[in-house]
Amino acid sequence: MATVKLNNIKKVYPNGAEAVCGVSMAIENGEFIVFVGPSGCGKSTMLRMVAGLETITKGDIEIDSKVINNVSPADRDVAMVFQNYALYPHMTVRGNMAYGLKNRGLAKAEINTKVNEAAKMLKIDDYLDRQPNQLSGGQRQRVAMGRAIVREPKVFLFDEPLSNLDAKLRVQMRIEIKRLQRRMGVTSIYVTHDQTEAMTLADRLAVINDGRIEQMGAPIELYNNPKTLFVASFIGAPHINLIPARFENKKLVCGNLKLPGFKNLPEDIELVLGIRPDFLRPDTKGQLEIQVDLVEQHGADNLVYGALKNSSNDTELCFKTTQNTLPDIDSNLKLKFEQKHAMVFNKSTGERLI
Amino acid sequence: MKNINWRLASNHLILLIGVIFMSLPVWVAFSTSTHTAETILREGLQFWPGSNFIETYREVMFEEAGVMKSVLGITMLKNSLILGIGFAVGKVIISMLAAYAIVYFRFKLATPLFWIIFLTLLLPLEVRIIPSYEIVAGLGLLDTNFGLIVPLIASATGTFYFRQFFKSIPDELLEAARLDGASPWRFFVDMLIPLSKTMIAAILIIMFVVGWNQYLWPLIMTTKEENYTLVIGIKQIYQILSEGGELPQYQKAFALTIMATLPPVLVVLFFQNWFVKGLVESEK
Repeated sequence: MATVKLNNIKKVYPNGAEAVCGVSMAIENGEFIVFVGPSGCGKSTMLRMVAGLETITKGDIEIDSKVINNVSPADRDVAMVFQNYALYPHMTVRGNMAYGLKNRGLAKAEINTKVNEAAKMLKIDDYLDRQPNQLSGGQRQRVAMGRAIVREPKVFLFDEPLSNLDAKLRVQMRIEIKRLQRRMGVTSIYVTHDQTEAMTLADRLAVINDGRIEQMGAPIELYNNPKTLFVASFIGAPHINLIPARFENKKLVCGNLKLPGFKNLPEDIELVLGIRPDFLRPDTKGQLEIQVDLVEQHGADNLVYGALKNSSNDTELCFKTTQNTLPDIDSNLKLKFEQKHAMVFNKSTGERLI
Repeated sequence: MKNINWRLASNHLILLIGVIFMSLPVWVAFSTSTHTAETILREGLQFWPGSNFIETYREVMFEEAGVMKSVLGITMLKNSLILGIGFAVGKVIISMLAAYAIVYFRFKLATPLFWIIFLTLLLPLEVRIIPSYEIVAGLGLLDTNFGLIVPLIASATGTFYFRQFFKSIPDELLEAARLDGASPWRFFVDMLIPLSKTMIAAILIIMFVVGWNQYLWPLIMTTKEENYTLVIGIKQIYQILSEGGELPQYQKAFALTIMATLPPVLVVLFFQNWFVKGLVESEK
């Protein structure tokens, strides 16, 4: 268990590419932090810098208030779970889990107890004498986690550990990782590009874009209160509805559509109105009208898609509704939203205005 | 009546002809080696084995002045084995270590150095044989196993194979091992060696055969008869045979040839599974 602190860390590759440009954060003891962002945003690089697998160009990283920039990966007391598991293919499950302990010079009996304990916790105690190629993807992932747990490290690092699993297994493992982390109370950093994983696992979430933190906070805070257009569009499934607009004569204008009720917006720049699908509902007095073109039935909810009418360009809207609401294809439907759920962003800077 | 699959039959026919074409000379050599010198002189090469097998081979392998002036066939066999095994093992060790350094350590000029090593593939031993001889002779290593083997063990081929193999091992394995506290040496011993097992076996086999068949270098390196290898022995025996007024001992020459062929054949036969695995398998 430990605290982790990143002080303005930067990573510049020899070819001049800047992967991480000045990131700072303080991670509390036992916290589960998720880095989320599109591929190539620098999230994995940051994780690997904490692990010691990438050098730090500038700034420093502290674990338990000790700067570890020049400490070798083995001595940082961190354990990592890789996307492709990275199990030692020629060793049994037991061998894989014991390897790190053996290198640390623990006694055989002690290693055995620890491995057995961890294996039981992960329900892989039946496979201890098998080799990785005799295991399924889910089992391999468990072994990879077992290898991390057994070491009882100060920090767990997860690098997209569930990306290689099928959808069902992914959900199951997600829940298990969360439970395990709760139970062990080990500070964890988890990298993913999957926003559902990020939302459900994180105590705090850092949305990363172009090597910078766009916003960091509790998942629900980021969902309700995104500071930038990027965060708003990255967090939340289904995707937030974005309508390009301008502010003219105290109204938000989008083609022939004029929406009243907005105040204090700059008049001469491009804006984007954002409304989450959850906050739109059919209402005859609704401000927006769509022509329905698709209904997705997810079971409990339906997602209705349609083209926004009267707008200058083809804007697709989506809203979430209950199982019983099944509008006809090509029918017109008015949608209402509460003023408090509308967000307005500056299109060019991405900054949130309302 | 079953239909005869003519396509299959013709395939087998071609293969059979190939096998006969390749192995018949060896068979004739063996058969002839089991006859007496007189029979061979009178009747020429023999297709069917004769009755002189034990006598000929005993003379060749175990009797002084059986083939050469003093050295026994068995001694030459031993010398050949030492050369073959030392050559193969040395090459594997050197090329594995070289490839390990090139792939896993960041040092200046690693890539150009690799290409320089690779380019030496173009230079056979014969090109550098005089300088090599000069060095070994200068160190007083003529007529020693060390001098015989060491100048030969640097291997561009081996280094190249191991480099390609190491490059195909995922980086995460190295990273996981580093986080698990493995030193570079431990990573080499615990990961790379077990992972390259089949590769090592394949290279050992190829190199054993190459080492066994070395001719020029052992020829100029050895001056005393007791250091001759089998391959050199064959060359010498023909010389001895044609000198003097005695009956040419063709059966002994053939026997020695068979003895020189046998070990590489056995090695390939016994290890062919490993050999094929090493060349085709990529379990990582």
